[in-house]
Amino acid sequence: MDDTQKRSYLRPLDWRQGRVDMTHGSGGRASAQLVDELFLRAFDNDWLRALNDQACFLVSSGRMVAATDSHVVSPLFFPGGDIGCLSVHGTINDVAMAGAKPLYLTAGFILEEGFPLSDLQRIVDSMAAAAREAGVAVIAGDTKVVEQGKGDGVFITTTGIGVVPEGLYISGDRARPGDRVLLSGTIGDHGVAIMSLREDLRFGTTVASDTAALHGLVTTMVEAVPDIHCLRDPTRGGLATTLNEIAQQSRVGMRIREVPIPVRPQVRAACEFLGLDPLYVANEGKLVAICPPEAAERLLAVMRAHPLGADAAIIGEVVDDRHHFVEMETAFGGRRMVDWLTGEQLPRIC
Amino acid sequence: MKYVDEFRDATLARGLAHAIAAEACSHRDYHLMEFCGGHTHAISRHGIQDLLPPNIRLIHGPGCPVCVLPIGRVDSAIALALDHGVILCTYGDVLRVPASEHMSLLKAKAAGADVRMIYSSLDALRIAQENPDREVVFFAIGFETTTPPTAAVIRQAKAMEVKNFTVFCNHVLTPAAIRKILDSTAPEEGIRGAQGARLDGIIGPSHVSTVIGSRPYEFVAEEYQRPVVIAGFEPLDVMQSILMLIRQINAGRAEVENEFIRAVSRDGNFKAQSLMAEVLETRPAFEWRGLGTISHSALRINTAYGDFDTERRFSIPYRAVADHKGCECGAILRGVKEPRDCRLFGTACTPENPVGSCMVSSEGACAAHYTYGRYRDYRDAGPTRKAVND
Repeated sequence: MDDTQKRSYLRPLDWRQGRVDMTHGSGGRASAQLVDELFLRAFDNDWLRALNDQACFLVSSGRMVAATDSHVVSPLFFPGGDIGCLSVHGTINDVAMAGAKPLYLTAGFILEEGFPLSDLQRIVDSMAAAAREAGVAVIAGDTKVVEQGKGDGVFITTTGIGVVPEGLYISGDRARPGDRVLLSGTIGDHGVAIMSLREDLRFGTTVASDTAALHGLVTTMVEAVPDIHCLRDPTRGGLATTLNEIAQQSRVGMRIREVPIPVRPQVRAACEFLGLDPLYVANEGKLVAICPPEAAERLLAVMRAHPLGADAAIIGEVVDDRHHFVEMETAFGGRRMVDWLTGEQLPRIC
Repeated sequence: MKYVDEFRDATLARGLAHAIAAEACSHRDYHLMEFCGGHTHAISRHGIQDLLPPNIRLIHGPGCPVCVLPIGRVDSAIALALDHGVILCTYGDVLRVPASEHMSLLKAKAAGADVRMIYSSLDALRIAQENPDREVVFFAIGFETTTPPTAAVIRQAKAMEVKNFTVFCNHVLTPAAIRKILDSTAPEEGIRGAQGARLDGIIGPSHVSTVIGSRPYEFVAEEYQRPVVIAGFEPLDVMQSILMLIRQINAGRAEVENEFIRAVSRDGNFKAQSLMAEVLETRPAFEWRGLGTISHSALRINTAYGDFDTERRFSIPYRAVADHKGCECGAILRGVKEPRDCRLFGTACTPENPVGSCMVSSEGACAAHYTYGRYRDYRDAGPTRKAVND
């Protein structure tokens, strides 16, 4: 560089007043600046620092898993979390439900022109903190900007890669008649937390989203009971939909009991006046486990010993049923079916 | 949850179940109709039928607001949204009601109509105030429970001189529908008619009765000699009211009794009634889905509030539309058939793709049976049942 030539000056991004504009998605200097001042700083690691269009990493022998999840939650910030940590937890959990240890994440951002940079920073910092806490590196990413009115602030798509410990074969098609159905904790917390903030509903509640990364809980579970048959996190569609999915995949039926299913009183109250059934309300930090009957009590004890499974319960069993119905003994003493969710209970819950 | 758990107590339920089983005569059947969809939902969701002896049959009545909404009225609402370009506001369940030519308000929305789901009639007025250059229509439906809020919002719109707000009024009246159902039983054949179901007693509406009181049902006992027990929506309310009906039937009594004394009086809510009377008037006749045209069975906006009547502001010709030929909703709403008797049930007609109105709302007889009870069709009839349904 010629000594007399000034190094081109780049005004730092204004994190207090600034807003996303179209140049941030142009691929030019402004995009590079956003990557440098925001994403690199937050997610800092060797893969990102290399500034390549891809991340190269070593693979171990054995089975790997990949999962991808898009996040469009509204509002972006809610009690217990925000779209940032949710986008990390959601994908980590999908990876973990194979019994896998999640290793890497990639993240794609679709930003709306005019979105405050301060909010974006908050979201990215929350993602970075969630990823750090989970011991997972965000190794690649992409940012696009759409015109004002064509998006809703920010949408985030994350992809996760993990590795399955040897000897584990966890899959939704492995439930067998006689297996026990376990649930890791209270249902409906995330859905009710989001609903309480919606413009047209707005009600006061102390319920916070349960958004959490579940791979730590899963690790302790598979160490204690390597023969877990199925794991799944009941997100959209709630517990009811997850049980039906597994029943369908495994070509079995289920008999569950309403009494042991943990529901917070605030969630029950909110569902009561909104006319919702907590069985269908979304969760972001809970899992359903299906295991052989002889292992159920051991698995329950391990789950309860973990902070994310303190309220775990055995809620039912897998039965032979060619119609793949999920039946429930109600708290009132009758019986009924627990069917798939019909229609849309609440759009943009995650 | 206080004031809810007390009415869902399994121990008390078992006690009531024993009492019902002990008092129900084993040599006869009891055909009881719960008029309200709210009761239908409670019965299905809590599995109440399992706590009753097999000779007590619960018939799911027509008290589901979206189920009785005729196709023609939904067509009109769709035309308002698509052809007149209004912002159409309505309650969530209405969006999925099937209309003509495979349309629904939800599909109209996808086709570009401005349809908004609201939780309260006041939301519609707020939307009108926020969009002063757009016409905003509140597509109002429901029984007497949701009528006072509609009347209130019309009165408020007038007081605030909101010019771009009208109400497409489709409110219907419970007693008229009960009379229609009772008329469809032929007295000369005793209590079983050619058109109607056998009906031994009625579990009376819960929320509707908080507004209108218990007095409007007295004709059922006096003219038709059938007992009515007004019941709350909690499962123990339903069990208790069944026991009270059995006692009346066994004693040969036909009276209006009130199980829901914590909320219902004989005269109802005067304030709500006077509000409705101030703004609304009875229509000479109104079409009900499944029940046909019933005289003096619905409400419209009166002349004093005529400026807020969608039917006066817009030209929306009404065209009655027949139900799908194979659909048994009419017979199901009258209690003549059960959902599983319909050949469309669970095949062409499901909650995802409802053909008939009873499949639309979770309070509808078919949707409740599909969602909560259809496994019984297979259990009761063994392995051949599926073939029958398919």
